[in-house]
Amino acid sequence: MAAIDIAEVSKIYAGGVEAVKSVSIDIEDGEFIVLVGPSGCGKSTLLRMVAGLETVSKGTVKIGTRIVNEVDPAERDIAMVFQNYALYPHMTVYENLAYGLKNRKTPKTEIDARVTDAARMLEIEPYLDRKPRALSGGQRQRVAMGRAIVRKPAAFLFDEPLSNLDAKLRVSMRGEIKRLQKRLGTTSLYVTHDQLEAMTLADRLVVLNGGRIEQIGRPLDVYHAPASTFVASFIGSPAMNLVKGSLEGGSLHIGTHAIELGYPAPAQGRVTVGLRAEDLRPAAIGDETLVFRVDYVEELGAQRLVHGMVEDQALTVALAPEAPLADVLAITISTERLHFFSAETGKRLYRQKVGAAPAHREIVNVEPAL
Amino acid sequence: MHRTKILDHVILLIGVFIMVAPVVVAFMTSTHEAADIHRKGLSLTWGGHFAETYGTVLTREGGFTGKVTGFNMMMNSMILGLGFAIGKIVLSMLAAYAIVYFRFPLATFFFWVIFTTLLLPLEVRILPSYEVMNALKLTNTYTGLIVPLLASATGTFYFRQFFKSVPDELLEAARIDGAGPFKFFIDVLVPLSRTMMAAIFIIMFVYGWNQYLWPTLMTTDEGFFTLVRGIKQILLVWVGSNIPDYNEAFALAILAMLPPVLIVVIFQRWFIKGLTESDK
Repeated sequence: MAAIDIAEVSKIYAGGVEAVKSVSIDIEDGEFIVLVGPSGCGKSTLLRMVAGLETVSKGTVKIGTRIVNEVDPAERDIAMVFQNYALYPHMTVYENLAYGLKNRKTPKTEIDARVTDAARMLEIEPYLDRKPRALSGGQRQRVAMGRAIVRKPAAFLFDEPLSNLDAKLRVSMRGEIKRLQKRLGTTSLYVTHDQLEAMTLADRLVVLNGGRIEQIGRPLDVYHAPASTFVASFIGSPAMNLVKGSLEGGSLHIGTHAIELGYPAPAQGRVTVGLRAEDLRPAAIGDETLVFRVDYVEELGAQRLVHGMVEDQALTVALAPEAPLADVLAITISTERLHFFSAETGKRLYRQKVGAAPAHREIVNVEPAL
Repeated sequence: MHRTKILDHVILLIGVFIMVAPVVVAFMTSTHEAADIHRKGLSLTWGGHFAETYGTVLTREGGFTGKVTGFNMMMNSMILGLGFAIGKIVLSMLAAYAIVYFRFPLATFFFWVIFTTLLLPLEVRILPSYEVMNALKLTNTYTGLIVPLLASATGTFYFRQFFKSVPDELLEAARIDGAGPFKFFIDVLVPLSRTMMAAIFIIMFVYGWNQYLWPTLMTTDEGFFTLVRGIKQILLVWVGSNIPDYNEAFALAILAMLPPVLIVVIFQRWFIKGLTESDK
């Protein structure tokens, strides 16, 4: 077990492409960190640099107290779980688990004890003398995790380990990884492009975009206060609605609608406004309303996603399945739940914390939308 | 089932007949006496002299020196075939391993250099090869018989393609598991290549076993003669009477056919097993 310190790490490929740009992450001992981002954002490259499978172009990677930039992967005291499992196909499950230990010249009795232990933990005991090809995807994934566990490493590195599983299995394996990590208390670095996986697994998540860190934070902090429009649109499902608006004095204008904020505006002039689909709701009498023309509806069972337009801007609203539908809806949102981003840089505009602001505002409908 | 089932069988039977008939004729003829063969030609009936003919062929000491038996020649062929096949597999696996897994300057260039040697089969370079072997005083040795034929572009190419299809993650997992380049090769790549090795072994063994020109050139000492060469030798040298020992020539031909057939039959099982249970 060890802390991992990634300090201003960059990866520059031979062609001059900079895949990772001066990334710094402090990972505490026992923490579960998830690197999340779209494909090509450098998350896997970063993980592979920690693993030692890629060289570090700039900066330092520290595992525990040791700088490991030049250390061989086998000497870094890490274990990695790959997306395609990377089990040795010609070895039995037992041999797969034991191979790393054998190479380290661990005594045979010790290997036996550790493999049995890991197999019990992962419930793969019945398969120990089978070959990987005789196992299902989920079982293979367990074996791959077992191979990591038996090593008792300072850190686990996961490279999209659940991407090859079907949706149902993915959910249960997700839970299992989380449980296992809590139980073993091993520092973990987990790469995924699935924001749901990131939200559910992470102690802290790191949102990467184009080789840079967009935001580091606890999942709920990131969800409630995304640091940029990129994070806002990436974390949370359905993606946060981002619409153009402007702040004038204490009120927000979206198209012809104007909403009284009830707190000091964080900026003036053009802004991008973020509205979570689940924060939008049908307006009650006395609410500020946005006139929402319904385009189409996605039924999810527990909720329904209504896609439509507010004037010329697309919006998605998550409604309870029993909420009445019409071609035109009046919807509203608590102004407390609004997110503001700079129209130019996409960075979050933080508002000063003031005393409790009233939740609802009166209608300032300049002009009927229809 | 298909309506054409009977026709299918007929076609297959014709194929089998065409394949097997010459062998049967050779085998049946080999059990007759030389004089009978000379008089009546090829025969499809059992001649009743199986044991004595084959016994003679395998054990009688013949040749100019009067020391070469059929069994000797069979051993020579076996050494050539095995040495050839195993040597080629080892060499081409190592070459392919270097080309695929190690980044060294001009790797692709070297691969294509190896590949172009396909354009230079033994027959083209037979004189210079002989010169070299002669200068090294390796004529009439097993080394001289085998080594010049070992470099194999075909084998290297097959293994290269195979290694390229092995997922990179396997190498990475092995690296994290503490396996160095040598361990990875022995512990992972070699076991994974078993089916490839079996396939190439079949081809190369038969190829080596059937070599005629090179052994003829390289060996003047009868102690190194191979079976394939021995067949011809019977008709030229082993003239016991005025009639050449046709029966013995046929017997030797049958014997020469046996090991390659066995190899194919044995390895085919592995080969098909490997193909159906695809790993990786």
